[in-house]
Amino acid sequence: MTTEAKTQSKPKLAVWKFASCDGCQLSMLDLEDELLAITGAIEIAYFPEATRSVVEGPYDLSLVEGSITTPHDAERIQQIRADSARLVTIGACATAGGIQSLRNFRDVKEFTSVVYASPQYIDTLRTSTPISDHVKVDFELRGCPINKRQLLEVITAYVANRKPAVPTTSVCIECKRRGTVCVMVANGTPCLGPITQAGCGAICPAYNRGCYGCYGPSEQPNLPSISAAWLELGASRQEVVRAYRTFNAAAPELAEESERIASE
Amino acid sequence: MQEATASQVSLTARHIDGLIEALREDGYTVVGPTVADSAIVYDEIASTADLPEGWTDMQQPGKYRLSRRDDRALFGYAVGPHSWKKYLFPSSLKLWSTERAEDGALKIEAGPEEVPKYAFIGVRGCEMAAIRVQDRVFAGGRHHDSDYMTRRESAFIVAVNCGQAAETCFCTSMGTGPAVESGYDIALTELLDEAEPRYVAEAETSIGAAYLQRLGAADATAQDAEAAQQVVEKTVASITKELDTDGIKEMLYGSREDNRWDDVASRCLSCTNCTMVCPTCFCHSVTETSDLQMSSFEHTRQWDSCFSMEFTYVAGGVVRDTTRSRYRQWLTHKLGSWIDQFGTSGCVGCGRCIAWCPVGIDITEEAAALRKSHESSPKEVEDAT
Repeated sequence: MTTEAKTQSKPKLAVWKFASCDGCQLSMLDLEDELLAITGAIEIAYFPEATRSVVEGPYDLSLVEGSITTPHDAERIQQIRADSARLVTIGACATAGGIQSLRNFRDVKEFTSVVYASPQYIDTLRTSTPISDHVKVDFELRGCPINKRQLLEVITAYVANRKPAVPTTSVCIECKRRGTVCVMVANGTPCLGPITQAGCGAICPAYNRGCYGCYGPSEQPNLPSISAAWLELGASRQEVVRAYRTFNAAAPELAEESERIASE
Repeated sequence: MQEATASQVSLTARHIDGLIEALREDGYTVVGPTVADSAIVYDEIASTADLPEGWTDMQQPGKYRLSRRDDRALFGYAVGPHSWKKYLFPSSLKLWSTERAEDGALKIEAGPEEVPKYAFIGVRGCEMAAIRVQDRVFAGGRHHDSDYMTRRESAFIVAVNCGQAAETCFCTSMGTGPAVESGYDIALTELLDEAEPRYVAEAETSIGAAYLQRLGAADATAQDAEAAQQVVEKTVASITKELDTDGIKEMLYGSREDNRWDDVASRCLSCTNCTMVCPTCFCHSVTETSDLQMSSFEHTRQWDSCFSMEFTYVAGGVVRDTTRSRYRQWLTHKLGSWIDQFGTSGCVGCGRCIAWCPVGIDITEEAAALRKSHESSPKEVEDAT
């Protein structure tokens, strides 16, 4: 394949933002050593975080950051889906509703009345929801923020037309492969690792802290069992609820279990 | 070990230092127990100063705690979270890689880099048995794992007969300890009846005997040999956990539909910890990754687990798609079908899966509950075929 042929066939990439902190988009810019290779393989057609120049759609690959929190965004995502051959959501906001989904457990009108001087100007939805609640999503990349290596893998897999090698097992497998001693067993430190999806590289246990669950629930998480283990280790019900209600609060399994513990 | 023989010598910690030094001089990477992150783990050591002198452990289902001993024992604890498989069967290993040249031709580069020559210090009876189990897995059949073979054949093994068992130990049920049966180069028994620990050492191989000779130690006295025997006997007597292995394969094959699997699945996190800490679990997956230019590719082997859904993914879906089916697979394989596959149990009774399960699931309790249920409804045996 010649360089010229490559340029002609380069797929168009778009990066979109909804309710989020931009941290996941920054993970892409953090790929400093690989950025040239990325732009060699794909055309960055729409990425306001990185460049003002805009190439019109449709797009071959759209990366979507953020959750849906306004009626306007709920409409905007439909158009993006229509303009995108493949749509990948990146980060806890886009895959689970983000920290802002804490509103789902309360009355958002009450919040706006307390926070804003003129709440009548706030046009927001009652809930913060993941992109997959609104449109078909081809792949979800977890994390708060995402791991830039995994993002590179998703892009590389797209270019190679294969499935990304992104595991859905627990964080424990990452601790054990590295030889990190289990903080829960050896220190009695409550840890969400056993029910959290791998991907971060088990950063917190490596520093003797319990996992915070940034990557959301792992495949088939057994929440009642980990809740019982936390309570046994001395965590209060409130602490268990708070552990579940962070970046992935609205992930269905975590939301259900936090409601159950809160109501007990 | 009934009486002192010429092959038994008496060592002090100073001699063990000499042994470590000699091994290092001869190019061995010496690895052994050391205290790190609130546990006794296996890592590279330079001298006995790195060993867990005066430390011990308390182990229960889902719980492991370090504490101080009132003596200077170097081996006064039971097995911890690591096992020697991390050196013989590394958690991640590059099998081969490919580069695409300018002209499009593929150049394949052979497997792993140079493998270190390891000396293991402090291998317990159950661990020696686990290494023998993995020998059968990786080197016992028609197809050999060359990386495993290289590591295994060059490894020098200093074993230790256990002077202390944990609550989670059940090697006596599995016939693997607390004394080391065979397969070592040198075996030590730690004697703690005086302020300075002493070690009765014996060699099983000529290379082990040569190292003992280099240390210039005196022969063990008949009293010390007898004391070493008593250390093992005392440890045997202190082991409380049991696993009834009588007809266990048939029992498990007949328990496929037992309700106990639902019960354990309600507690099991499917987190993979039991399989990761198990010294015999050998399951792995191989991943191929490429760079963006599609010019270089890597084939990497990583520890995987039967508790992962992806592990049984085949065209059409996941074979074992519930925690119930995955736990049943693990326990039935470990204690039952392993016998059909490799001729021995896959369990050596080290108790790691019990201690390092975050919710304290105890394989011996699960097996006992299944047996109890099975014995009250033996008709299921026929259903199994």
